[in-house]
Amino acid sequence: MTLSVSPPRSSPSPPAPADDRPARAPRSVRTLPVHVAMLAWSVVTALPLLWAVVSSFKTDDEILNHPWSLPSTPQPGNWARAWTEASIGRYFFNSLVVVGGALALTMLLGSLVAYALARYEFRGNRIIYYTFVAAMFFPVFLALVPLFFVVQQLGLLGTYQGLILVYAAYAVPFTVFFLHAFFRSLPAEVAEAAFLDGCSHGAVFFRVMLPMARPGLVAVGIFNFLGLWNQYLLPLVLNPDPDRYVLAQGLAALSVSQGYRSDWSGLFAGLTIAMLPVLIAYVAFQRHIRAGMTAGAVK
Amino acid sequence: MRHGRWRFLAGALIPALVLHVVFVLSPYAQAFYLSLTDWTGVAGEAHFVGADNYRRLAGDSLFVDAVRNNALLLVVVPLVTIAIGLFLASMLHLGGRGGRRAVAGSGAYQIIYFFPQLLSLVVVAVLWSFVYNPNTGLLNGALRALGLGGMAASWLASPSLALPAVMAVLVWSSVGFYVVLFSAAIDGIPVELFEAAVLDGAGGWATFRNVTLPLVRDTVQVAFVYLGIAALDAFAVVQVMTVGPGGPDGATEVIGLSLYRNAFQYGKFGYASAMGVALFFATLTLAVFALRGGRRSTVEAS
Repeated sequence: MTLSVSPPRSSPSPPAPADDRPARAPRSVRTLPVHVAMLAWSVVTALPLLWAVVSSFKTDDEILNHPWSLPSTPQPGNWARAWTEASIGRYFFNSLVVVGGALALTMLLGSLVAYALARYEFRGNRIIYYTFVAAMFFPVFLALVPLFFVVQQLGLLGTYQGLILVYAAYAVPFTVFFLHAFFRSLPAEVAEAAFLDGCSHGAVFFRVMLPMARPGLVAVGIFNFLGLWNQYLLPLVLNPDPDRYVLAQGLAALSVSQGYRSDWSGLFAGLTIAMLPVLIAYVAFQRHIRAGMTAGAVK
Repeated sequence: MRHGRWRFLAGALIPALVLHVVFVLSPYAQAFYLSLTDWTGVAGEAHFVGADNYRRLAGDSLFVDAVRNNALLLVVVPLVTIAIGLFLASMLHLGGRGGRRAVAGSGAYQIIYFFPQLLSLVVVAVLWSFVYNPNTGLLNGALRALGLGGMAASWLASPSLALPAVMAVLVWSSVGFYVVLFSAAIDGIPVELFEAAVLDGAGGWATFRNVTLPLVRDTVQVAFVYLGIAALDAFAVVQVMTVGPGGPDGATEVIGLSLYRNAFQYGKFGYASAMGVALFFATLTLAVFALRGGRRSTVEAS
């Protein structure tokens, strides 16, 4: 089964004259209940998000006493306080480093393995493939305790390198699974021609096959980025140093400690900083992102 | 080229395999062994205790609570999410005749619905802990504004409301993704089938039951597995959002939270590993049942 998230087909058939029969109510009236239902869920989805953004500009007093009001004067100071004093800026940077490194490593290793297994026949090919793919069906919780000690013994606890390696190790199986099918579907002729021209195996992969696989790489790259950016369990266990907290981890710690200090406005600002960039990037590239995300669920 | 071929294959496979064996396969294998020991983290001090840990799990009332809560999550969250998701996805296609064309603005709706899917569950949990706040939260504020102040409650502090509150958050955060997924599946249904249904005089509900539902069955099945796995987890939301964490009287305790606490707060690594193995078999059972149950009654459509 293959599905692509494309906009619904626009008018595959000519406009149906039956719609204009005078006996029936105009379409806008018939679809009104539909729009009410759709709008209702939009409000349920968007309202809490919007409320958090608005609250991030309010004073503590306004937040506590008037949860529904708009800020009388916007307080950009909340954002500055969250960014510097509450270390959201540092957490953001840590997330960028770890996720950037892990994503690059995942895509490189994942595409190499997927390509080698999809385009070369050799003994053990299937075994290696299933070794990777089987790992997708194991809950991370099962590995958690031994993983902690493996990382500790390697001296990688609480380091960028440690998180990058572990993130990549857990993202590679899905990447292999997804790109394996993708590389199989590419035509063989182009690679054969490149071999005849004297290209090495590595050159065929990097210069010919990888560019041809770009749509698949983009889809799985977006999927991996969001998965890694939102990772919480792995850093919680493997990254105990508060200076190296990633964003989700830092925000969770903050929501406990700020709650005691009751800096609500700073916490709302931190929350908004954590969610706004992702949402803005999504609105800009929404079609690609939805396609990439849903591709994961449809084989 | 033979020499170059093997060198390329080795270079392509070995780094990823090393990473996979060290950080993924070996921890999974060790977990099964550790679950049969009383290890507390001191090197060389793991004694083999057989099935003791598993016997103790059955008598651990907090763990029993966790299993019960995960089971409830497993029943409620996928059902409600898929019901709302299918409903909204079919609504999106109710434009034109016979329920087969996108309604105006369906693109914009899908953009908004997808928002929560992009957020870390931690962000979602922090957000909803504000929404549920008894005094300053959005929910009680809304109830009071509507004159329903009597329904205002301490959502996360009351033993009977805490778990439903967690379920609502999980449903809220996943519906959008499944609307988009089901919507893509409905787009894949040949238009002729809907036209035939309309010619046969089928109404909206009959069309949904007899055309849409059987043809998106595979996708619904995948959705069940994914949502089931998420419901067996629920760790981040519970850990960040509920008091304790784990809620009043273990009302929102989940297996992952028990495991995390036993391992990294109490240092009972053998015991925690047994919980991991239990969770693994739960996940496996779920996947086998969901995928098998569907295969038995696949609908032939071409």
